[in-house]
Amino acid sequence: MIHARGLARSFTTRKGREKSEVHAVAGVDIDVEAGEIVGFLGPNGAGKTTTLRMLTTLLKPTAGSATVAGYDVATQPELVRQSIGYVSQAGSTQPEARAGEEVVDHGMLYGIPKAQATARGKELFGQLELDGLWERQPKAMSGGQRRRLDIAMGLVHDPQLVFLDEPTTGLDPQARANLWTHISGLRTERGMTVFLTTHYLDEADALCDRILVIDHGEIVAADTPDALKGQVAGDLVELVVGDAAHAARAATALSALAPGEAAAVDGTSVSLRVPGAGSRLPGLVRELDAAGVVLASIDVRRPTLDDVFLHLTGRSLREDAA
Amino acid sequence: MSTVTAAPPAIRPQTVSFLTATRIVFWRQLRIALRNPAWVIIGLVQPVLYLVLFGPLLEPLSKSFGVDNAYTIFVPGLLVQLGIFGALFAGFSLVAEWRAGVIEAERVTPASRTALLFGRILRDVLQLFVQGVVLIALGFAFGLRASIGGMVFGLVLTLLLGASCAAASNALALVTKSEDVMAPVINSIALPVLLLSGILLPLTLAPDWLKVLGDIMPTQHIVAAIRAAFTGDWGWEILWGSIWSVVIFVVFMWIGTRTFRKENA
Repeated sequence: MIHARGLARSFTTRKGREKSEVHAVAGVDIDVEAGEIVGFLGPNGAGKTTTLRMLTTLLKPTAGSATVAGYDVATQPELVRQSIGYVSQAGSTQPEARAGEEVVDHGMLYGIPKAQATARGKELFGQLELDGLWERQPKAMSGGQRRRLDIAMGLVHDPQLVFLDEPTTGLDPQARANLWTHISGLRTERGMTVFLTTHYLDEADALCDRILVIDHGEIVAADTPDALKGQVAGDLVELVVGDAAHAARAATALSALAPGEAAAVDGTSVSLRVPGAGSRLPGLVRELDAAGVVLASIDVRRPTLDDVFLHLTGRSLREDAA
Repeated sequence: MSTVTAAPPAIRPQTVSFLTATRIVFWRQLRIALRNPAWVIIGLVQPVLYLVLFGPLLEPLSKSFGVDNAYTIFVPGLLVQLGIFGALFAGFSLVAEWRAGVIEAERVTPASRTALLFGRILRDVLQLFVQGVVLIALGFAFGLRASIGGMVFGLVLTLLLGASCAAASNALALVTKSEDVMAPVINSIALPVLLLSGILLPLTLAPDWLKVLGDIMPTQHIVAAIRAAFTGDWGWEILWGSIWSVVIFVVFMWIGTRTFRKENA
């Protein structure tokens, strides 16, 4: 559905007399197959939106090539535009217009007859829980409703591929979870391909079949969420012992599970990353019990995508996103 | 919870013709504008205020312009003023649309990007047309006398100029994307144009140095052409002003179209 090779975009900026070239996207390869939900994950300014704007024909690449829905973005932009839906971060409707009319007009720009665009719009309003808001002005809608209206705008021509740029930014947790249901429904109910950008790890984790991690305009990893998390060596095991005097003994036992690694000790807390921790904990508990070490608690955390990002780039995504 | 299901298979996006796309954009713009009472009222009140509050000052001067009624001189000037000022500010609504994401959303549809501009310009030209007709009708009530042909011709020149200014303003809006940049740019262009075009008072009263400056200003020739059409003086002035109107129209439409078609505007 999407095949990009060496896709790049650089901007020239001026600082006083000095001209410098900023590589917003420094040559990325992207392959997305039909029916996939693929997430583009990275901090703000990593090049996500720039890449998306190149794939949707809003921005000309300075280097590289891309075919989207079977058409070349550089030489067949109109055919690309016919085949895709795009839901931008900025929204898509005039605050003073009427929601339904915006959707119908948008459909008509795709060459869909008015009656059909109206029918399709009303159907989408029903499916996206926008019933009764056809005559409403977008400025009088909630953030979540406006996002769903934007999605209805992007789907009115029934594209097989839809791009969602930061679909849940600025929404409260409930509205986000609700939107996730709708987004995963696009694929399961309609076989659509979805390409979305996000800087939320939980969003990429919950929605996507595959994740492309982008940082400083380059793709630093591309895999399923589970495989990416597998790259971080093991689950984080944290033991809390009842008596600080037992911490050293617990650390020795824990370190034995991951050869070459040493457990970190902090007061009564002992932690280490252990591959496949789940199957090894029962033995560890028996061993510590036999040695007379009293455990106050055991905590095992599967790696998160935040750990993955930290592992890949040496920085936490949360610090960047904040 | 319901989820999005497959649409009936009949929906097939296809290329829309340039005219169809222009019409869709135009109707959308007009519908939104007409729902805004401020847009309608201010648009109509402006020319009326000028006629009622400024026109009477000119009446004693009409003899020195060589006409029987000052409004025959004044209304053509006001037409050009409406054409320049009204249309130059049209781009402000485009900045708001850009911020709301509307322009981007329209640019990912297969519709011609030139149609996105032309549909908007048509709205501004229609507004100018209505204002112009109101202005001429009111002027008539105040004693303006001109041939139908002359008035129609004057209105056409005004609409050409207005379309040019609307194109320039929309292009400027798309490039700057900021009201804060647009306002000073437009004001610093519009004010000298207004003063040097003899819009409020003909430059026949001006000292020589001001006349020379005015002669450089293409809009002065357009004002003169519209005045000549109103007084029925079909000669070089009309030809000259018409040429300028067409030249300005072609140049600004070209600039506007080019800006809208640019891949990363």
